[in-house]
Amino acid sequence: MHQAASRTDPANAFIERLTDCGAFPLRASGIDILQLNITRRCNLSCKHCHVQAGPRRTEMMSRETMTRCIEVAGTEEISTIDITGGTPEMHPDLEWLIIQLAALKKRLIVRSNLLVMLEPAYRRYLDVFAANKVELVGSLPDCNAEKSDRQRGVGTFERVLQAIGELNQRSYGVPGSGLRLHLVHNPVGAYLPGPQAALEAEYRRLLGDRHGLSFNTLFCLVNTPIGRYLDYLKRSGNLSDYMRALQCAFNPQTVTSVMCRTTLSVGWDGRLYDCDFNQMLNLTVNSGAPDHIEAFDYARLAGREIMVRSHCFACTAGAGSSCQGALKT
Amino acid sequence: MNETYYERRDLEDFPHIGEYAPEPGAKFFEYYATATSAGKLTSREKALIALAVATVRHCPYCIDAYTNKCLSLGVGNDEMMEAVHVGAALVAGDTLAHATQMRKIIKQKEM
Repeated sequence: MHQAASRTDPANAFIERLTDCGAFPLRASGIDILQLNITRRCNLSCKHCHVQAGPRRTEMMSRETMTRCIEVAGTEEISTIDITGGTPEMHPDLEWLIIQLAALKKRLIVRSNLLVMLEPAYRRYLDVFAANKVELVGSLPDCNAEKSDRQRGVGTFERVLQAIGELNQRSYGVPGSGLRLHLVHNPVGAYLPGPQAALEAEYRRLLGDRHGLSFNTLFCLVNTPIGRYLDYLKRSGNLSDYMRALQCAFNPQTVTSVMCRTTLSVGWDGRLYDCDFNQMLNLTVNSGAPDHIEAFDYARLAGREIMVRSHCFACTAGAGSSCQGALKT
Repeated sequence: MNETYYERRDLEDFPHIGEYAPEPGAKFFEYYATATSAGKLTSREKALIALAVATVRHCPYCIDAYTNKCLSLGVGNDEMMEAVHVGAALVAGDTLAHATQMRKIIKQKEM
């Protein structure tokens, strides 16, 4: 799919903003992070999930595709492998994948809902992650139990706290241990997140002082208007206000550091995308660059033109937003 | 012509209120930013104060802006309502305190 055809689309206000600040077409500046979305299965069905993950989803990356991803992950320029889903723990080959990737001695991240590790079938991951020095990024939308449960389901907040406690016992989130545990905040509703530092202080106050739990960093994410979150915005009559809020908050200073410029996202079937959001919109990489991991070619992908649409306003609002949290803190 | 004086989108015009008088406008925004940013008080505390003042002043723009800001900062709904009650109590207290004037006059005038 070529971007030129969509440039004249009046609905694509994001392209207009990029053009205004001289940043269109937006191009990748390398591939630092290889993000693998290995499954859309999840034990939860969160209301904000852009993946629309849930227990009934069946998409799973094959061992063959994983093997190719491991080969690509060995590319010198790639410093970080970021495994996401769905719930990665629910993929039967995750342990094997982690062991292979850990051997590369690169930064290895797994995004988890954390509470899945309390289920007997997945408890072993508490130790598998620690043994392989996996950096964990866990979802905790709000440090208020009632709000968090509204987004993820009744009782999930308490179980996440229990999982954090088990991880802390294994030295995860304990400064100096080398085992890093980050938490992810995203608004429980149709508003934008506040400053990351202020929210992190609040999380530390409530989780630390009240529950004796520790973590390394809080990542604040802006909800992207796709998937279930888009359905919620439409259902609640908030879509136009939310899109206007994102557009009003457009910050040109975030454009050079948006994550798609240094990330390559791989789908469960091996197709390549600029980010996990484009993946859910079936918007593969363009400009003639290879769009499947089997045809990976660093030179051709490293400077590819990024596919942008109006949902991209979520990554450039205010302090910016990425899988690593705010872009400007 | 709009049918109401207050439009939700008017809030988006706030950054442009310096039009026709840019120098005091710029000074106002500098002051506004300093006064409402975290200092000895946290940004949460200041947002709650602003919300209470906004409700007391019946300013729909400020109520919209600071309710959203409080949500963004993770302020609880119960905390926001407590702040509004502080404003309401101050308004009630202010009203009753002025009854002193009335009571003084009554005492002066009555036999």
